[in-house]
Amino acid sequence: MTTLPSSASSVRSGDGSSPILSVEDLFVEFRTRENLVNAVNGISYTVSAGETLAILGESGSGKSVSAQAIMGILDMPPARIPNGEIWFEGRNLLTLPAEEQRKIRGPGISMIFQDALSSLNPVYSVGYQIGEMFRAHGGLSKKDAKQRAVELMDRVRIPAAAQRVNDYPHQFSGGMRQRVMIAMAIALDPRILIADEPTTALDVTVQAQVMDLLKDLQRETGMGLVLITHDLGVVNEVADNVAVMYAGRIVERGTVDEVFTKPGHPYTEGLLNSVPQVEAKGGRLQPITGQPPNLSRIPSGCPFHPRCPRRRLGAEALPGRDCAGDRPPLRLVVPGREAACHYSEEVLGV
Amino acid sequence: MSDPTGATASSQTADVESALPPAPPQGEPLLEIRGLKKHFPLTQGIVFKRTIGHVRAVDGVDLTLRRGETLGLVGESGCGKSTVSKLLVALEKPTDGSILYKGRDVAKMGGRALKQYRREVQIIFQDPYASLNPRMTVGDIVAEGWSVHADIAPRKGRLQRTQELMDRVGLNPDFVNRYPHQFSGGQRQRIGIARALALQPEVIVCDEPVSALDVSVQAQVVNLLEDLQDDFGLSYLFIAHDLSVVRHISDRVAVMYLGSVVEEGTDEQVYGSPSHPYTQALLSSVPLHEPALRGQKDRILLHGDVPSPADPPSGCRFRTRCWKAQDICAVESPALVDRGQGHPAACHFAEARAVVPVDVG
Repeated sequence: MTTLPSSASSVRSGDGSSPILSVEDLFVEFRTRENLVNAVNGISYTVSAGETLAILGESGSGKSVSAQAIMGILDMPPARIPNGEIWFEGRNLLTLPAEEQRKIRGPGISMIFQDALSSLNPVYSVGYQIGEMFRAHGGLSKKDAKQRAVELMDRVRIPAAAQRVNDYPHQFSGGMRQRVMIAMAIALDPRILIADEPTTALDVTVQAQVMDLLKDLQRETGMGLVLITHDLGVVNEVADNVAVMYAGRIVERGTVDEVFTKPGHPYTEGLLNSVPQVEAKGGRLQPITGQPPNLSRIPSGCPFHPRCPRRRLGAEALPGRDCAGDRPPLRLVVPGREAACHYSEEVLGV
Repeated sequence: MSDPTGATASSQTADVESALPPAPPQGEPLLEIRGLKKHFPLTQGIVFKRTIGHVRAVDGVDLTLRRGETLGLVGESGCGKSTVSKLLVALEKPTDGSILYKGRDVAKMGGRALKQYRREVQIIFQDPYASLNPRMTVGDIVAEGWSVHADIAPRKGRLQRTQELMDRVGLNPDFVNRYPHQFSGGQRQRIGIARALALQPEVIVCDEPVSALDVSVQAQVVNLLEDLQDDFGLSYLFIAHDLSVVRHISDRVAVMYLGSVVEEGTDEQVYGSPSHPYTQALLSSVPLHEPALRGQKDRILLHGDVPSPADPPSGCRFRTRCWKAQDICAVESPALVDRGQGHPAACHFAEARAVVPVDVG
């Protein structure tokens, strides 16, 4: 039995150091035969050492695609990056040749995925797959690589690692497979780890174990963690800062404490109101009406306006702030909080 | 929305829950599950199949669903909750035990009675992408049940009835000739709900009905299910792994682990004073949404994985991962009874303990 470490840890909001990873005005689009899908529409964020940034959004909000763009694993075509810069340690990844990018993936930035079973190769043992990191990047021999793999499996707390190193992915449970993925991702001590829905496929007790492991590893190595998720509870428990995405844009950004206590964008407000809580039975849920937008036909003005209970259209709107006509930029509303809403002050009540 | 589905309301008896809103409704038992077991054979060999063991997916479950109430069934993957739902709608035959519907054993029903049972006990599935036939229009999907139960809707008025049902579940009735792929996930789940409602059921088994949906849409479907229950006096068996959703919608909650129920009670009893160690561990793992409550709970970390249901531990199923386990736990399987904590828990050392902090704000 352990007590949850207080999340107000010393690493909260980084240690004031300059960011390791910085994404600037990134756009990603997919061209299909019929139409153009605007998956990511100008997002910017930074991640510092020791910081956990949560990217919160529903399916189709562009949160995974933006991560794949950073990792350079988008299939191009159909994907295209018409604009944007991804700075990692002083170099723009988007202008680097493929060979240089490959050198950064692993020791610089690495990633874990939602579905560990389909991300692992079923015909190689997990030890071989973890060891591949050392063979490819460190030039180690097969034997040494396997030895390092056992050490890593120990580090991610896989029991009896020395015996299990030759087992295949199907012989592991879901939680253990996710640990194998984590072992591969941290093999080369990356500065940034991107975790794309790392616990969504797992049961809640296993989710707690895996999130604990990620936090412990972060404390040991000081890596920056980008946590992509749709789960408000996970964000609250592990992240320092949160960026809320909707229709390929960041609509709100701030510390988790502030955003979750006092949301500054109607979408964030709607999300917080629509989820039931385990702490109390609560009254009737207040869902957000309507459906998330089609990314090939994003609504004009504020993309959220068709679903927004606070929208102001036509004569109701202030000049230049018509929710259906004028696109609200992500702006600083109060110190430490940015929101992309014309009327964010009203949402915040300031 | 007016009440367009006038005929559907015919299955209604008294509005049981409006009499005593805070207390759980004390309707008559509709479904009684007694010692229910389902073992799937494990076979080896291709030409000559030999049975080498059994997966004990459901191994002795007792549950009662009363009229007008929602019984939540929670548990992690592999605990047998979906098998219970399949047994309930007679898609699987129980290995042992019985399901009594209005006092009659479903296993002994035949022909006409079984047909009637299948009409009155409907199911909504988790995956709205896989559970709708892609080649049928929405209208055909909703109306399909009437080709078997022709007495419910006269042939002439079927299109109108279908559109009324679509309107009732929040779908545009003009979309009656569209195909499932033209709808979003939340809308498809509404189609599944309309399909279940078409047969004027008394009980709806909801097998993870909102798990595949985005959070903003999930709330819409949960609210719809609550409204339909009030309007038509439905009883729900609500199966889910999301403890927050189950607490929100359920009057009573049963927690399953490895094929059996380990704890049962009202939502307040199970969430407020969980008494089985597994329930405590499960609840303590749920991430909380309030920044102020963060770090205020004891987190009980379970070690190891769930044992295989093909070879469950002797005695108490949970003893291999339990910090309270003693010698008796390996010998004697604890009964699901009240040991002084106010509601039944299947643990020799059951003891109420609050693990979810109470929201004071």
